[in-house]
Amino acid sequence: MIGPFVAVMFDGFAYGMLLFLMSVGLSVTLGMMNFVNLAHGSFAMIGGYVTVTLMNHLGWPFLATLPAAFLVAAVFSVAFERTLFRRLYQATDLDQVLLTIGLVFMSIAAVAYIYGTELQPIHVPDYLRGFVTLWGVNFAVYRLFLVAVALAVSALLVVGLEYTRFGAQVRAAVDNQRMARGLGIDVDRSFAYTFALGSGLAGLGGALAVEIVGLDHSFALVYLVYVLIIVSVGGLGSIAGSLLAAIVIGISDTAGKYYFPYLGAFLIYLVMIIVLMWRPAGLFGRR
Amino acid sequence: MTMTSATVVEPRALLLAQNRWHPVEIAFWLATLLPFYFFPSYLSLASQIAIAALFALSLDLILGYAGIVSLGHAAYFGMGAYTVGLISKLGWGEPLSLLVVGALSAGLLGYVTSFIIAPFRHLTLIMITLGIGLLLLEAANSASWLTGGADGLQGVRIWPLLNTFEFDLWGYTAYSYSLIVLFVVFLVARRLIHSPFGLALRGIRENAVRMPAIGAPSRTHIRKIYTISAIMAGIAGALIVETTETVSLEALSFERSADVLVMLIVGGAGRLYGGIVGSIIYMVARDQFSGVNPQYWYFWIGLLLVAIVMFLPNGVLGGLQRLTAGWKSRKP
Amino acid sequence: MRKWLVGIAGAAALLAGAASAQAQGTVKIGLILPLSGQFADTGVQMRNGIQTYIKQHGDKVAGKKIELVIKDVGGINPPLAKRLSQELIVRDKVDILGGYVLTPNAFAGGDVSKDAKKFMVVMNAATSAITLKSPQMIRTSMTLPQSGDTFGKWAATKGGIKSCYTMVSDYGPGHDVEQAFIKAFTASGGKIAGSVRFPVANPDFAAFVQRAKDVNPECVFIFVPGGTQPAAIAKALAERGLTPKNIKMLGTGELTGEQSLNGMGDAGIGIISAWHYDHVQDNPQNKQFVKLHNEMFKRNPDLFSLGGYDGMHAIYEALKKTKGDTDGEKLVAAAKGMKWNSPRGPMSIDPETRDVVQTIYIRKVEKVNGVLQNVIIDKVEQVKDPVKEAMKAKK
Repeated sequence: MIGPFVAVMFDGFAYGMLLFLMSVGLSVTLGMMNFVNLAHGSFAMIGGYVTVTLMNHLGWPFLATLPAAFLVAAVFSVAFERTLFRRLYQATDLDQVLLTIGLVFMSIAAVAYIYGTELQPIHVPDYLRGFVTLWGVNFAVYRLFLVAVALAVSALLVVGLEYTRFGAQVRAAVDNQRMARGLGIDVDRSFAYTFALGSGLAGLGGALAVEIVGLDHSFALVYLVYVLIIVSVGGLGSIAGSLLAAIVIGISDTAGKYYFPYLGAFLIYLVMIIVLMWRPAGLFGRR
Repeated sequence: MTMTSATVVEPRALLLAQNRWHPVEIAFWLATLLPFYFFPSYLSLASQIAIAALFALSLDLILGYAGIVSLGHAAYFGMGAYTVGLISKLGWGEPLSLLVVGALSAGLLGYVTSFIIAPFRHLTLIMITLGIGLLLLEAANSASWLTGGADGLQGVRIWPLLNTFEFDLWGYTAYSYSLIVLFVVFLVARRLIHSPFGLALRGIRENAVRMPAIGAPSRTHIRKIYTISAIMAGIAGALIVETTETVSLEALSFERSADVLVMLIVGGAGRLYGGIVGSIIYMVARDQFSGVNPQYWYFWIGLLLVAIVMFLPNGVLGGLQRLTAGWKSRKP
Repeated sequence: MRKWLVGIAGAAALLAGAASAQAQGTVKIGLILPLSGQFADTGVQMRNGIQTYIKQHGDKVAGKKIELVIKDVGGINPPLAKRLSQELIVRDKVDILGGYVLTPNAFAGGDVSKDAKKFMVVMNAATSAITLKSPQMIRTSMTLPQSGDTFGKWAATKGGIKSCYTMVSDYGPGHDVEQAFIKAFTASGGKIAGSVRFPVANPDFAAFVQRAKDVNPECVFIFVPGGTQPAAIAKALAERGLTPKNIKMLGTGELTGEQSLNGMGDAGIGIISAWHYDHVQDNPQNKQFVKLHNEMFKRNPDLFSLGGYDGMHAIYEALKKTKGDTDGEKLVAAAKGMKWNSPRGPMSIDPETRDVVQTIYIRKVEKVNGVLQNVIIDKVEQVKDPVKEAMKAKK
């Protein structure tokens, strides 16, 4: 009884970590600039395709592709931010939704055109495969790796936010944008960097996700819903919130499917609605 | 088409003025008859555009006028659709009565959920509506013994309309029926918007906290309009089953909720005709793009959306309004 | 009066023109395929298979030119599939309907085929009941019960498996194959250790795999649709220590398709599947098919390409028999009972059910020259759709 319970908890936790990486960027940028970027999933997808391309066509080792996935996704996001998003910061929520949905559609079609519609195969190195057995429970090595990366990233983010000047500026901008500007903080530049960082993280998440959930051209839309759920449950602008929400959602999903397979995907929506009714601003949101 | 007047006008006079039929409106509705003569092989498409327009209109009532952004409106569409489908499987296929039953069941669902959504705003509201929509989808998927699950409902048979007009291959009956229902519902919506209730809704959209202070109970109003909107969405869902004799989970899907939102934004929310105009543009564009480029039409639709946002914020109707305002102001 | 006569003459000329265009001859085939969205790859491959056949056999049959009209249905969308099928007939004036990868769309198309009395060839959708929708419909792909039923029998008898845990996707094809497998397996003496169904687009299989592991089964039977899921579930099973090395893994062709095998890597060695086709099959028709497909599209054909290829064959041969007459009832009469050697081996169209009768191969995944392949280890010939056979027996 305990064995499977621990295994399921761990798997859910690992899945949650993956979702956290993909969502944290959106949470921070939404909290900071109120810019609804539904194209966030596209950055995750770009990260996935970068990894696959570098590994399968250029023979790069898997670990080396991860920073590349981060960078390429970040660069793309900067390009979009400069050319398109910047003009719509004052526009209505709906217009932002429309623009970013349009970008998602274009990115999906572009990826299908360049890479075809097939599943992208990935073969992670042998030392990341298989499982270790601790206390009679099998822990998949890749999932352990995933958890390690996500926790490292979270630690870096928290340290960066609490202990650097840049972090302080970001926190100020999230708390009260007008005041921050009034104090002379260059909010637009902070936002540009934060946006790049968040999208880069999404790219990293996408790259890591390929081994667990697979990658094809519809990735951007499929994961959009999960990301939105985590962002709203966690609270806008909160890293801790995203982390907690991702863990809750990941575990509810996996444990739910294990204990009640017929409720399947049901459970995360129910959890989300209940959490939002109890705490409308999300677990750590402020409003 | 709404008018915003800068001068102080007595509310009743304003409403009466807005209620008058603008000649462009009359021309528009006459133009909906054109497909019968000029595009007879496009009547099935026209019928589905009319149904999409009705669905978009229902969303406009809550989004454009009451400020409720919903990512799960397909729940009511699907509720109407499945109700009609299930009853017809039991043996009763009379379209008009089925339409009423479908509308009522969707309305009931809307009424119940309105209690859940009424207290919330902004992102919370969006996510709750999304969650409700997805919950219903998963429930329908799991209850495949009832709904047919991912395969869809089989055995739906609709009797001829008024016992004479069969729903045939060409779509004459389908389009006439959908168009008439759309028009009737539109008249109801128009009357609703140009009424004190409609004004109160717009007030709630702007400042929900203030409104009770001037005697408009926000929460009750929101629940009312949400239920009405659900009824209309249910009618659209019922129509699609009656005109195509198919029902599947697609009617409850996130794609359908997202599509109708996109159509409304393209046309311009809060302008009564936005949903209709947006549906026509989006569905015709989709039809043409996918005819030309069946594999990558997604790309062109995305580009169209981006272009509309960059050059026509507030949708096509918003852009047109700015254009005509600019033109009017240039007259000597 | 004059205007009226001119009008009549004009109309008559138009009609005559239209009729002569028909007589001169093009046969238009309308294809409903998912070319965008999640299932895009299946539509693309089916189109590839169709175009391979046309390249091989030319685009003229019985003195008429073949013209394709392709519409994208985008995924599972019955109202759209119905409307597109209607438009193909009414707007594009096609003579024959084809394609239909997904079951719900095929059901919708069937209604249109029946109403318009047009010949319809289902080139993939695999739920048994589809062919009942229209008397002018034939199928050239397969039904999942053909695989499930045959496999259930084989597993309990020649396979020597005593108990099995089934894991399928929770939708029509999944239910179909699960029921067929369980029925045949238990009828031949096997025991079902348990069953689980997962949502159709399920991303993470960890929970379901854990349930399987709890039971410690001797064997698992898996069905997932193609795309990202076969590799994902195989990897998830391997993470839990459930590999073909220590339990018997059974699946359908989706689990061991070329893309799936590429995706799951060595975790797939030893998986046994029951299926009607694999691109490495050794017969002259297949060798030609694979070669041409690769030349034209730089990839191997899969079951979707095959369904399209054989679908075109059925159309061509039927047209030859009716000497170019595209009347729906005549074409379906010509197609009934047709037998031919397809790249999959011998196949025929059952005259009673209008469904496909073919050989189901039992294959094992092995590494051949460094590449993972399905190697045939057994076969069952002349397999009809068991669900419809059972319906007949009840009458």
